[in-house]
Amino acid sequence: MKRIKTLNSATLKESACKGGECQTK
Amino acid sequence: MVHTFKMFDKHIALDVNSGCVHVMDELCYEIINYLNVVGLSRPVNETRFKLIGELKHDYSREDIEEAFEDILDLYHNGMLWADDDFKTVSALKKDAPVKAMCLHVSHDCNLRCKYCFADEGKYHTERRELMSAKTGKLAMDYLVKHSGSRRNLEVDFFGGEPLMNFDVVKEVVDYARELEKKHDKVFRFTITTNGILLDDEKLDYINKNMSNVVLSIDGRPEVNDRMRVRADGSGSYSRIVPIFQKTAESRNQDNYYVRGTFTRYNLDFSKDVIHLADLGFKQISIEPVVCDTETDYSLREEDLPQIFEEYEKLAQEYVERRKSGRGFNFFHFMVDLEGGPCIIKRLSGCGCGCEYVAVAPNGDIYPCHQFVGAEQYKMGSLYSGELNSELREKFESCNVFTKEKCDGCFAKFFCSGGCIANACLINGDMNSPHSLSCEMMKKRVECSLYAKAALAE
Repeated sequence: MKRIKTLNSATLKESACKGGECQTK
Repeated sequence: MVHTFKMFDKHIALDVNSGCVHVMDELCYEIINYLNVVGLSRPVNETRFKLIGELKHDYSREDIEEAFEDILDLYHNGMLWADDDFKTVSALKKDAPVKAMCLHVSHDCNLRCKYCFADEGKYHTERRELMSAKTGKLAMDYLVKHSGSRRNLEVDFFGGEPLMNFDVVKEVVDYARELEKKHDKVFRFTITTNGILLDDEKLDYINKNMSNVVLSIDGRPEVNDRMRVRADGSGSYSRIVPIFQKTAESRNQDNYYVRGTFTRYNLDFSKDVIHLADLGFKQISIEPVVCDTETDYSLREEDLPQIFEEYEKLAQEYVERRKSGRGFNFFHFMVDLEGGPCIIKRLSGCGCGCEYVAVAPNGDIYPCHQFVGAEQYKMGSLYSGELNSELREKFESCNVFTKEKCDGCFAKFFCSGGCIANACLINGDMNSPHSLSCEMMKKRVECSLYAKAALAE
């Protein structure tokens, strides 16, 4: 059994929107 | 920084700066906790040797070495103990244009909810007031004028109860649609309602014109009717549930939220979320009350253990129902690990006081809806045209890195430094987050990551 499973396929820097047009209750 | 926690049968590590979430066996969990204490600055062989000495009574040497190598591999790939190099990004948000507005079309309400931060709609002023169509249109002009190159603009109709001034809502929407063509903008409208005046005709209009609608209800009948009462003291549950169910169905169970508040009177709030799910609602949000600490129903530090337990119960039920095809969305468990907001947004949050403003019925401008009526935070007026640029700059410069308390917090890129209004109005300092809210936020992040892990099986 694999000891560690990583839930993301990429890090924050790689995967987050590279983007103010997103939405701002 | 690596945050580790156990929830039910899961051992989880969140690498704060890379955003990576790792689910692991107990041995890896122990090794990461060990390395969190001793660090990784020593030579690898020395660390490995000490680690084996530390854990050899519980695990075989081979297992320890294998697990250690897996962890080192993640470390070298920037997925554990990653560097924080976001600070330089935090300075990038300068002179951001306005892109979102909360329009207080009504400072009047047909309910007398006991916990209302809007003071039953009056916002701490002496009288009830409705916004005129003239002021509403002026607000749209202001938004377009100050939106710079931003194309997508948001307007949220808020109150009080906005349905008490629905003709003005419609006039403002029509006017904004004209501005769209003239200025190449796209308006996205949303509305919040307590449901008392919601009927088929208004619902039809809302479904055609509002991208999202928030329906206020607290959960179980006795919970809702204790706090959300009419002027004569009678409850609102039996009136609003049927029309809310109809609203949810008419929007195909999407682009709406039933949104409630929990207080000290219902610390067993997971039952309220489940009650709403059992009523057929698929988009649910129940939030902790933030109010004067002198009230009987305000949340206290001593309530946190029970609140944490409730969030865990809710996470378990949330997972269970999703696995059995009866799932619902709970606002705070919807973490996106594959994308998510850009770094600037993660650092600065809602943009209140610069990208986002609220307009009172008389045209006064405030940093956000929670500040309305607090004179020291008034930023200007649509009618005088002035804007307090010093106050605006203060809000714009506020981010995760200006808040000392956020420095060592694992949740900082999920909560973006917390609610600035709570910090200002409770602690008197926008850089001093409300600690009770912080603790609940951290628990919700853990629960949402647990749910992700459990659903990834």
